Amino acid sequence: MSVVEALSRTRGGKRLHWTDYAAYGYLVLGVFLMFGPVVWLALSSFKTQASLLEFPPTLLPMSQKEAVVSGYDKPLPLFTVTLPDGSKKLMGQVRRVGLQAQMVDPNAPDKPINVAIGQRQPIRELAFATSNYTDPLRQFAFTRYLGNSVFVTIVATIITLLINSMAAFALSIYEFPGRNAAMVGIIGTLMIPITVILVPVYLVVTSLGLINSLWAVILPGAATPTGVFLLRQYMMTLPRDLIEAARMDKASEWQIYARIVLPLSLPALAVLAIFSVMWRWNEFLWPLAVLTKSESYTLQIGLNAFQGELQVQWQYLLAMTVLTLIPVSLVFVFLQRFITTGIANTGLK
Amino acid sequence: MKLRTLGCAGVFALTMSMTQLAVAQTQLRMTWYSDGNEGEVITDIIRKFEAKNPDIRVTIDQVPFKAINETLPVQLAAGEGPDMARVVDLGGVSRYMLDLRPFLKDPGYWEKNFGPFLIWMREPGNTTAIPGYMTQLTVTGPFVNKTLFEQAGVALPGDKASWDDWAKAAKQVADKVQAPFPIAIDRSGHRFLGMAISEGAKIFDAKGEPAVIDDGFKRAVEMVVGWHTSGVMSKELWGSVSGATYRGANDEFKNAQVALYMSGSWQIAQFDKTIGNAFDWVAVPNPCGPGACTGMPGGAALVAIKTTKNPQAVARVMEYLSSEEVLAEFDGRALFVPGHLGLSAKGVDYPNASPLAKAALGVFGKEVGKISPAAYQLQGYTYNRIIFNAVMSRVGQVVAGESKVDEAYKRIESDIAQQIAERKK
Amino acid sequence: MAAASDHQSLDPASGLTSGLWSALVRLIDVPMRGVQALIGQRNMPYMFLLPNLAFFGLFVFVPLVIDVWFSVTGGSALFLGQRPYVGNQQYGYLFDCGSYLNPSSCREDHFWRGVQNTLVFTFFQVTMMVLFSLLTALVLNMKIRGRGFFRAVFFFPVLLSPVVVALIWKWILQRDGLLNAGLTSLGGQKILFFVDPSWAMFWAIFVSIWAHMGFYTLILLAGLQAIPADLYEAAEMDATPVSRVLWRITLPLLWPNLLVVLVLSLIKAVQTFDEVFVLTGGGPGSATLLIVQYIYETAFANQVQNFGLASAASVVLGVVLFVLTLIQLALTQRSKNA
Repeated sequence: MSVVEALSRTRGGKRLHWTDYAAYGYLVLGVFLMFGPVVWLALSSFKTQASLLEFPPTLLPMSQKEAVVSGYDKPLPLFTVTLPDGSKKLMGQVRRVGLQAQMVDPNAPDKPINVAIGQRQPIRELAFATSNYTDPLRQFAFTRYLGNSVFVTIVATIITLLINSMAAFALSIYEFPGRNAAMVGIIGTLMIPITVILVPVYLVVTSLGLINSLWAVILPGAATPTGVFLLRQYMMTLPRDLIEAARMDKASEWQIYARIVLPLSLPALAVLAIFSVMWRWNEFLWPLAVLTKSESYTLQIGLNAFQGELQVQWQYLLAMTVLTLIPVSLVFVFLQRFITTGIANTGLK
Repeated sequence: MKLRTLGCAGVFALTMSMTQLAVAQTQLRMTWYSDGNEGEVITDIIRKFEAKNPDIRVTIDQVPFKAINETLPVQLAAGEGPDMARVVDLGGVSRYMLDLRPFLKDPGYWEKNFGPFLIWMREPGNTTAIPGYMTQLTVTGPFVNKTLFEQAGVALPGDKASWDDWAKAAKQVADKVQAPFPIAIDRSGHRFLGMAISEGAKIFDAKGEPAVIDDGFKRAVEMVVGWHTSGVMSKELWGSVSGATYRGANDEFKNAQVALYMSGSWQIAQFDKTIGNAFDWVAVPNPCGPGACTGMPGGAALVAIKTTKNPQAVARVMEYLSSEEVLAEFDGRALFVPGHLGLSAKGVDYPNASPLAKAALGVFGKEVGKISPAAYQLQGYTYNRIIFNAVMSRVGQVVAGESKVDEAYKRIESDIAQQIAERKK
Repeated sequence: MAAASDHQSLDPASGLTSGLWSALVRLIDVPMRGVQALIGQRNMPYMFLLPNLAFFGLFVFVPLVIDVWFSVTGGSALFLGQRPYVGNQQYGYLFDCGSYLNPSSCREDHFWRGVQNTLVFTFFQVTMMVLFSLLTALVLNMKIRGRGFFRAVFFFPVLLSPVVVALIWKWILQRDGLLNAGLTSLGGQKILFFVDPSWAMFWAIFVSIWAHMGFYTLILLAGLQAIPADLYEAAEMDATPVSRVLWRITLPLLWPNLLVVLVLSLIKAVQTFDEVFVLTGGGPGSATLLIVQYIYETAFANQVQNFGLASAASVVLGVVLFVLTLIQLALTQRSKNA
């Protein structure tokens, strides 16, 4: 196979080579592996609590069919029963005591018979337990938590974009003493996971009097080293002559930043925006530590109230997890075309 | 009747708008976690309180249990905290609790009905404080899947059976019906030490200091480790997570995969809701050993926090919530065993409970009377969580094959000594 | 300002936004010109750097200092004023070992197990991740239909929070999960993945790669796309075999991106906590207990919240990562000069 075909993006050719098949095969496997679990999550979120526990797990949400039978006030669960003579019959179960079940034919409800529990198979049908979604939404102040999360995410992203681009501007366009030290310092902070400085940051936030305010969630993470790094690398590839020309026109440095560099860096800014939205939306540990009043809760904290000491209510947890995925996915869909261009010029020089 | 599982601040907003605000309101905050429907129940009850007392408004912050255990202590240490909180680690939080005695109308009522449990909430050396009340009392004890026993044709061992009897029976049952877990025990030091006490462990020495490793304790450890080798217990529960991480087996039990599940009375509400009558689940008395036939007491308490700015208002809320009628309603709806001596004697009505649940609650109610003094002492010890964690972490390592029993004993002792020393600095 | 106004057309979409933006820029320009007059054009970078550094200083450097301070204190109080000074006692506890290779001989055996596990985890995770990212990037670089779709799909797991990632896979891998259902339907036996130390570590690495691969794939893909096609055409005219082209042209030109990927993933791997913790809880036993989990548990999950010991461990971790970062910078310098 030609080198050009394999390694560059320009290709003619109408025949499909074996490498094409291999490539498509790899990609399809990738889709299955990457997306499959998420689809599984979404489907499972519609199952009832009991059916979430059963094995083998069904792909689609199923629950047992029920029928209203005259003479009984509650609908009876339906089973296929193997009768002693070998024939199969559809019957409803009245009650189960020990190893025997009292079953009744829906068409002849006054003649119940006793059947051993091993002789019956439940009849299932596709059923979406939408109560998994509606119950919690009705139960707790979902709109308030959503509002908090949206506020935090948007404000934090704006602040991040602003101050990181300013810092990146300084570090990429200028040569000044202390530039390398600043670079090392900023990148050095990449190595510190939040868990490790959780308590000291908590102390700082307490002494600033920010506890319980959403600003306690917004501010500490606003300056991200990854953001500065990404933007700086991108800005270093911008043509300098534009900047020189602007300086000759007596533009202030601020105007150079705001009117030239920033608009030209849109792809990289878009990438940072996606990441910032993603990080802020998914943040859990830090907001949990710093927000004690439920009016300030973000969505992630609210959802995790489903984890008690001894029980986890999976059905609600799964449903709410799916819900929180939707906004991030939407942002991603809109901004994703920027990603390759945004990252394209970073890390190279 | 739809069973809801959480209360909410949204309902509160509605209540607020409906309440006549004639007086300036005192704002109180309560941090609460739920295993089942307690959040919903307490919200209802608080609503009724607010209707009777329009000058007090209580906001309930529902949090995951993780927040109670890990973040609340940090918040309390920083001087930021709610006015009231539902906590489980009574000894650990005791130094932040407010003594309500000066603000209560009838301290005698509290002494009479919550007496033995108040000891759990007091700091060492304090004998008079009244910081709060038990939202429920829990007792550890085994649940049995009677249907599996019937299917296997094995008789249930009697009330005074030993752990060995149960192990034999459970293994027989599991082999016959192909269940993967003959015996399942919650991965918790609290559960295990109850069994150890039954096997003769004394936990404390004559001076009241921890002396965990003794013959009874060793007997219990060897019994459980032996079960893992012989297949009576599966490595999956105790051996699959690290340190003192909690791992319950309620999902496996609900799925009819367990013959005997050693857990406790707090599971009843969940079992009632999710198992229904898919199979007969029954509570049985704690098996006997040379030491006792005991389980471990426990439970969560709603306590007042020292940093509150409105101790009088807090006292009024607590008095209402702990009154016999209200507590009976709470425990009755949440399917809890009451931690109130008066109610214990009278019995609580469980209007929403199925016959299976009522029976189980009755068995556990009777178990309360059989709890051994050593178990009470352990539960009341301020640093008991250190002991639970150390025991579970090291025995878990033995089960996972990471260390040997003798090393585990040494480590348990040194872990406990080191952590208590750090605490006392 | 001719040059600047030429680029107004690059401003964001609607006229309204660019109008607002222009107004805002003009507004801020007034004090900024003043500052520039004061400190001179050469010193303006400091002005731009200031907000970022202020945030870093307050929320990263100060806590770091506090962290180090914590590590030389003992006791269980939260506020530093109430903690007794103990010198390097906490570090002493950490390094108190019979033999560093045998965690059981150490006083803080979980810490050293964490170190061993993190080393193993990092080694395998980083090498596999870089390999698969490279492979995927190469495949995505070929002319295939629906490239945008495939690219998005590979990147999607990166959007998920670590807790969600771990939850999904836990669901799939548990005793009664999807994978075992598949195995039994094919006639095999159920495998208890979380009870076997090797399987648990395998899946921890697998899930971690699954969750992060998309990000690095994109970085490498961008690098591949920047390689000019005429280089390949020249190689084709010389009839160079594909493997030689890969080795001689692609990899060297991709090296800067590869380096970024290597170092970033290394640093992130050492810091892994959430997803492995929710997936395996550190088990079985402590077979997948990583360092950050040790730090977190020491500080929060034990009854005596031992901030002093946890801080000492985190300082040690910080030093190790700092050394790793220095190595990166040194290597980047060297590759620039090469």
